[in-house]
Amino acid sequence: MSAKDLDNAPTVVTRAPDAPAPAPAPAPAPAAPAAKKVVDGIEVPGPTDPVTIRIRGLVKKFGPQTVLDAMDLDLYRGKINFVIGASGTGKSVLIRHVIGLLKPDAGHIFVDGEDVVPMGDYELSKLRRKFGMVFQYSALFDSMSVLDNVCFPLREHTKKPDKEIRGIAHDRLTELGIVGADHKYPSEISGGMRKRVALARALVLEPKILLYDEPTTGLDPIATQNVDEMIADTARRTGGTSVVISHDMASTFRIGDVVSMLYQGKVIVHGSPDEIRSSQDKRLREFVETSGAVTFNPERPARA
Amino acid sequence: MADAVLPTPAAGGAAPGTGAGAGAPPKPPGRLGKVLKAPWRAVDSVSGGLIKFFETVGDVLLLGVQTFVWLLRPPYRAKLFFEQMEFVGVGSLSIIFLTGTFTGAVIAVQTIFNLAKFRQEGLYLAGAALALTRELSPVLGALMVTARAGSAMATELGTMRITEQIEAMATMAVSPVQYLVTPRVAATVVMMPVLTMVFNGVGIGGAYLLGVHAFGVDPGPALENFRLFTDPADIYMGLVKSLVFGVVLSVVSCYNGFNAAGGAKGVGNATTRSVVWSAVAILVLDYVITDLMTERLA
Repeated sequence: MSAKDLDNAPTVVTRAPDAPAPAPAPAPAPAAPAAKKVVDGIEVPGPTDPVTIRIRGLVKKFGPQTVLDAMDLDLYRGKINFVIGASGTGKSVLIRHVIGLLKPDAGHIFVDGEDVVPMGDYELSKLRRKFGMVFQYSALFDSMSVLDNVCFPLREHTKKPDKEIRGIAHDRLTELGIVGADHKYPSEISGGMRKRVALARALVLEPKILLYDEPTTGLDPIATQNVDEMIADTARRTGGTSVVISHDMASTFRIGDVVSMLYQGKVIVHGSPDEIRSSQDKRLREFVETSGAVTFNPERPARA
Repeated sequence: MADAVLPTPAAGGAAPGTGAGAGAPPKPPGRLGKVLKAPWRAVDSVSGGLIKFFETVGDVLLLGVQTFVWLLRPPYRAKLFFEQMEFVGVGSLSIIFLTGTFTGAVIAVQTIFNLAKFRQEGLYLAGAALALTRELSPVLGALMVTARAGSAMATELGTMRITEQIEAMATMAVSPVQYLVTPRVAATVVMMPVLTMVFNGVGIGGAYLLGVHAFGVDPGPALENFRLFTDPADIYMGLVKSLVFGVVLSVVSCYNGFNAAGGAKGVGNATTRSVVWSAVAILVLDYVITDLMTERLA
């Protein structure tokens, strides 16, 4: 192992609450009770295992720039998994690989035991029905009304009559506190509301995995807290796996179950929020302290 | 497959640079070395540009093929198709009427002016009709549709791309090519011949009105020569062109919008590129089709 590898090795590799060890170096027991599927020496988690998504050795380069550098990561079933890191560390690139929008240069991504990387169009579109994704700027279709946006996945993937679809979409919006905006267009509602509509759209097909790409970026503190509560509520109600890409440490400590920090294309720290708080990793400390979410410095220099 | 449509600017842009590095001798070049290497660098940058060009043409063709494949696969999106037919076809009618009338009129003025030197004004309508049906209607019609509908497609898809709406659609397991590109291309291909026929009609009408009523050309010989010299084959040639132009302008516009990147400026660039590329492709292909479809007398 070279010095560079040591430098990037995870400093805190701890287990998630109520989850078995993530096993970065799986020890294949020869007489395991149920024969585990093993691909390239990676133990593949099945559809009922505590690990929903297992990423191993993921490499992505854009031209000369290496964005993801042999990255390993486990994301746990039924938990709110936070992936934190500074801008440009490949968080959004990572999430786009998980849902198959980007193809990696090397590595494996197992979702419920299936490898996403070699999938073709047809398999990907089947896989994507397991997912709901909320984009950074909501990505609502601006040519459709709020209600039609939420109806869209149902119209595409179910054969229900349109009246029923509109009823479901309306209920979903009401649950998330959007009342009386059904026929407005996305440009006519606020950023926080748009995020809720985007979540309603992501939830309408009842996905098992929810991906949030920087859900609180660009929102004020109150709206941020609302969105956090919305994510936590949704996770509790659906019992699904949530993956939140964020650089908002306040949100991370408020609702995160498992936190992984991405640094230069690798996961450098992985653990519960408490472990993140007490971690001594310099790169993590710098990131957390600068955000001001842990330590409040009462001796703030007075503005001259 | 969907991945292939995404742009690979970094890969394409990096190719010449890395190529130079890999092919260079290991010794650091002195002044002489630099002078000797200058032509290679020039060759390198030209070849890099050529590679980029062929890559882009390949990507556009690939999008065209995907569009066609998605056209055959269910679900069929009739509603979107009709919406686009209305946008491309009905929406372009007024502009086709305007440009058609004036094009016909100006051809009439030019042919009458020149034919009058030989006392052959009676041939003017035939000349105008041939020019319109074989050449001007499909080309000018396609350019007008590019300016109006093609640019709108590039802007709309480009905005959807940079606001992540296209990615959002893909994550909902709906093919953005099928949902967004296929109806636009299909509608343009269907409407272009129709618009060309309208252009023919109003163009010849405009030429007739101007020549007969403003210039006082005898309508009898004008109409007789028109009937004599204009074949269905001429109209047919124009329609074939309009079909090809419809495919080209819609696929090129959708490609540029689909691959827009870099915010508002990126959308602007995508629109500019879509209009420029479409116009150039239309004029080049116009020559190629004309050459292929014209029997050589000599």
